[in-house]
Amino acid sequence: MSAPGFTNLSSSVNYNQNSTPNGGDAPPYQNGPAQTYQSMYPPTGCYGAPPQHQSYPTIPAHSTPAPSKASMTNSVHSANYYQSNHQQQQQQQQQQRPVPQHHVAPSPYSAPPSQPVPSSGPVPPHAQYNQQLQHPPYATPGSYYGPQSYHPPPAQHTSQQQQQQQQQPTLVPAPASGPGAPLHPIVSYPSAPGNSQYGTLSSSQNNTTPGVLPTQMGAPLHQYSTSRPASTTAAQPGYGVAPPSQLVPTVNGQGSTVHQHYDRSCQSSLSYNTYSGAEADQLPSGTPSTSVHSSPGHHQGGDTSSSSTGSASPVPNSYDSLEGGNFPDSMPPSNDMTNQAAPYGSYGYPNMQQGYHQGPASHADSSPSHDPYGQSSYQQYSQPFPNLSQLSAALGGLSGVPELEVEALTPINLLQERSLLPPRPLEAPEPNLSPELKKVNCSPQTFRCTLTSIPQTQTLLNKARLPLGLLLHPFRDLQQLPVITSNTIVRCRSCRTYINPFVTFLDQRRWKCNLCYRVNDVPDEFMYNPVTRSYGEPHKRPEVQNATVEFIASSDYMVGTKRLQVNDNSTTNQLRPPQPAAYLFVLDVSHNAVESGYLKYFCDSLMENLDKLPGDSRTRVGFLTFDNTIHFYNLQEGLSQPQMLVVSDIDDVFIPSNDSLMVNLKESKELVKDLLTSLPAMFSQSRETQSALGPALQAAFKLMSPTGGRITVFQTQLPTLGAGALQSREDPNQRSSNKGVQHLGPATDFYKKLALDCSGQQIGVDLFLLSSQYTDLASISCISKYSAGSIFYYPSFHFIHNPAQLEKFQRDLDRYLSRKIGFEAVMRIRCTKGLSIHTFHGNFFVRSTDLLSLANVNPDSAFAVQMSIEDSLADSSLACFQAALLYTSSKGKRRIRVHTLCLPVVNQLSDVYAGADVQAITCLLANMAIDRSITSSLSDARDALVNAVVDFASAYKSNVSNLQQSGLVVPAAMCLFPIYILALLKQKALRTGTSTRLDERVFAMCEFKTQPLEQLMRMVHPDLYRLDNMSDQGALHLNDTVVPQPHLLHLSAENISRDGAFLLDCGYVFYLWIGKCCNDMFIRDVLGCTNFASIPPNMSHIPELETPLSQRVRALLDWLQDNRAFSSMMHVIKDDASTKVTFFQHMVEDRSESASSYHEFLQQVQQQMSK
Amino acid sequence: MAFTFAAFCYMLALLLTAALIFFAIWHIIAFDELKTDYKNPIDQCNTLNPLVLPEYLIHFFFCVMFFCAAEWLTLCLNLPLLAYHVWRYMSRPVMSCPGLYDPTTIMNADILAFCQKEGWCKLAFYLLSFFYYLYG
Repeated sequence: MSAPGFTNLSSSVNYNQNSTPNGGDAPPYQNGPAQTYQSMYPPTGCYGAPPQHQSYPTIPAHSTPAPSKASMTNSVHSANYYQSNHQQQQQQQQQQRPVPQHHVAPSPYSAPPSQPVPSSGPVPPHAQYNQQLQHPPYATPGSYYGPQSYHPPPAQHTSQQQQQQQQQPTLVPAPASGPGAPLHPIVSYPSAPGNSQYGTLSSSQNNTTPGVLPTQMGAPLHQYSTSRPASTTAAQPGYGVAPPSQLVPTVNGQGSTVHQHYDRSCQSSLSYNTYSGAEADQLPSGTPSTSVHSSPGHHQGGDTSSSSTGSASPVPNSYDSLEGGNFPDSMPPSNDMTNQAAPYGSYGYPNMQQGYHQGPASHADSSPSHDPYGQSSYQQYSQPFPNLSQLSAALGGLSGVPELEVEALTPINLLQERSLLPPRPLEAPEPNLSPELKKVNCSPQTFRCTLTSIPQTQTLLNKARLPLGLLLHPFRDLQQLPVITSNTIVRCRSCRTYINPFVTFLDQRRWKCNLCYRVNDVPDEFMYNPVTRSYGEPHKRPEVQNATVEFIASSDYMVGTKRLQVNDNSTTNQLRPPQPAAYLFVLDVSHNAVESGYLKYFCDSLMENLDKLPGDSRTRVGFLTFDNTIHFYNLQEGLSQPQMLVVSDIDDVFIPSNDSLMVNLKESKELVKDLLTSLPAMFSQSRETQSALGPALQAAFKLMSPTGGRITVFQTQLPTLGAGALQSREDPNQRSSNKGVQHLGPATDFYKKLALDCSGQQIGVDLFLLSSQYTDLASISCISKYSAGSIFYYPSFHFIHNPAQLEKFQRDLDRYLSRKIGFEAVMRIRCTKGLSIHTFHGNFFVRSTDLLSLANVNPDSAFAVQMSIEDSLADSSLACFQAALLYTSSKGKRRIRVHTLCLPVVNQLSDVYAGADVQAITCLLANMAIDRSITSSLSDARDALVNAVVDFASAYKSNVSNLQQSGLVVPAAMCLFPIYILALLKQKALRTGTSTRLDERVFAMCEFKTQPLEQLMRMVHPDLYRLDNMSDQGALHLNDTVVPQPHLLHLSAENISRDGAFLLDCGYVFYLWIGKCCNDMFIRDVLGCTNFASIPPNMSHIPELETPLSQRVRALLDWLQDNRAFSSMMHVIKDDASTKVTFFQHMVEDRSESASSYHEFLQQVQQQMSK
Repeated sequence: MAFTFAAFCYMLALLLTAALIFFAIWHIIAFDELKTDYKNPIDQCNTLNPLVLPEYLIHFFFCVMFFCAAEWLTLCLNLPLLAYHVWRYMSRPVMSCPGLYDPTTIMNADILAFCQKEGWCKLAFYLLSFFYYLYG
């Protein structure tokens, strides 16, 4: 029996390895067994010895079963296993075993880890564990699983099954060493005695750990009547197998995470526990196991970038994990539920179950390909974590997913089909990959491609008439992020790609880069798995299990890394040690600024957030104010009060004092507070109306250039003095003309040049513009655009007259001051050979064809990249993109965050269309249109957008659709395309015919360039819900709250009725529109007013009432708010108010004074098509 | 052919064209370096920008010479390039210093490709005119 098992297993292995390159289809299976087996074998032999040594000793110590372990591996066993019908056993298990407490598992193993914890030395397992628990994300694991209630019963089954499978693999493979861990022949089995031992062991185990094991492993026990020991002894299998399967946990002991199980076993800790148990007693040892544990617990969809940061990195990184995402404790669970659970859960779980269920469970879509292989499929699943690299099997899986494609390709006649919106906000389409690859692929919130199926050639791409590009949100706040500390960061030697889940392991010692296809050696350190103290599972390390990881570059590596990143021209900056966090605030204190009253609110806000400024004990701050002169503030420790130094020579700015202007925040905190309290009063009498912004920026640059850091500029008027002075270029009478908008570009290159200088010194400049007058944002914004800063604009800001702007200002400041920040960053985007980067969009400076220099990087800015296909991708079935962001954290550590996205390559136009991501396409087109409107003209850009729709529709008509249908036919995946484009044309940035202030237009353009996709889509095409008749149907249940899920409505006034209440979610702002005849109950219950007439005109809060309706509404609002960086404002708009216009201007499907309705737009498109 | 003013023009043009050829080659190399990441765009633009006007002036100068020498055919051959130079300089991005290339946009694949193509075309033109002047 063992032989067959072998072959199968081996075949699967083979499959994995080979498949990637080929796009692995079924064929690999056939080939597999013989070859792979052989290849595999030798390594096992080689490795066998060392691992054994390591593993062995430890085992006994941990658990009684130790002896048994050896036996476990038996080939006999495996045979036995197969012979016995798994199904029956499984079924039994399912029926009989209610899964016990999964979480408990660890406790039983209080025993000290006999095994020396990996490399890092003895890591106190328990301690780590605790720490991890403390982490917000981890703290909630219980809630996680509990509340989520992913089909609890099924979960058990699955978990059990998983266990079985896992074990099975362990059992079977162990002997074979091939199947479970194809790559890792692993040592253990050589010693493996025989069944007899096995049996005994099992018994012994039962005895020894009666309570615990059974509960934990119950499933397994049953399954293998004999095998029960197996589970316990799992160690053995674990040994042999387990490592391959789960492995990883702590890399180097320091901070790696292990998420693998999770991925597969998202459901429950149970599986996990068994695992851990299986893994050779690691649980007991605590460290590794704990780390593992945590990770599973937290592990969410498995795919999202989030994995447990801390989990992996027990000791050192614990706080890092915190740093990773600053969310309130409550957040994680809710998020999981909402975001991840919903989107991912759907595919993640089903697949798993299917995969695991052999018996009862129906094979789902994914499995079909495997069916024929009976056992082989079994084995595959049995591998706890299929080698990701192998995953390419994906391709095989492709065939199994046609339904999706078909659905996406359903032709839709837009002229007839009226309701196109899905009931819920659109999700990113899933790439057509194998379930394994999908599981590890980068989260669409981080990394999104306009075409989730990459066309093979540029010709095909041109034929499709859709843009190819990436939308990136690389530094976004993640709740969980595996952080890896490692001496050697494994990268491809020729293209410097970081090792990622999509590489192929040729054998134990070599891996093939998935971008340039070079074969690289696996360094020794990477071969070593500290948890199991075994060699040979490079594919189980977290780098290879997660598409989003973060490396901590060790201090000596750091400089080197940076130089590598930058390649050649490493300037002096590049070689300096990590900078401390440094913040300089440049404040406008001219008369105009004092009038607007922002100063007081800024000072208050900063005072509150002083302790939340990201940084460590080295954090430095400084202040600088300016009107027609520049004022510096000496905050040197020891002074009794801040000293103001005035420099009035603005033509030749100099720094009056060298070291006391930027001070250590910790040491001078009192002085800083003093200054903040006195600043507003200091200038209250200012009569100076001139503004010397340019010189002030120059001074700021000089002040900061030794360290680098962040300059925050507050400006309230047009700069009129010194370098960089500007004139008003706007002619208010031309605002609404159709002639084209002038002056979208900068009037001077002063700000651009200064920004480049700043960028060179690693200084980022963020701009807060608060003005009621024209300020020439087009020119001033350059200071932020090219130094990777962010821009905030508050038109008509006034602290009394415009409370809405004031509130927004305060909220933004709160977020701005406390959000994460990365300094001295560079981001490189690499892609599979054949693809090349065409253009970047966003705020940065492009250092070279694929390298962005980001003086500062913040979690709220996103980037877009246009790609082109230079060579045919025919020789690969997968295309990969990797974005690596190297930055200095606010704690002074060099870190590298790596995201990898993997997409299939197709050669059929219909496949390209099926994989089109309409939202991403819209955003990329918007970016392109904005470039076009600046370099060419606005009308040009608008025409280009309309043409995009026309071209696409005609391309589809002539190439794909066979229907002789008249009308405007598009595939279902793209049915929202015309609506989105129409909405774009009505956006502030691109609209014509409506009075739009130049600054607002330019600001909208800046937003398009830097906002992440979700935010952008809400701005372009807001979500409209009806609130007064919400039902609980389909509602989400998070923790104790019920979040109703009202349906999305089309943005047309015909959906708005007078007797309703509607919520419009525009990203930065919610509008709650109350109809005239809205029933009083809603008004009373939600707004706390007696009737429509008594609603105050400027209501901007939803009162916290205890009525069920109010609770629902607030739950919905909170839920919508949940993942946004900046909290959104709320405006209640009454039917009769003059503000009605602000609400109805978002009804993009209706005709407006100057723009056509959706239907007219479609007709226009159709007309142009027929030309 | 006697040593006339026209002959002098041709000789001068020959020498200057040789110089222009070097300019063109320099451009091509520079953009290639940019493309292959050998240079920082800021540095590269700083070295390239000062060369743009001299090149245009040299070309303008011997166009004027040919005009004075009444070499109409030769002048006609050069006029398109002259016009192109004028157009190119008129449509340059907003810059405070002389030159054409903006480090923030130069890395755009379209612009980079355009600049490279421009370099090759100019090289070809100068080479041809070099031999034309040589035997003219």
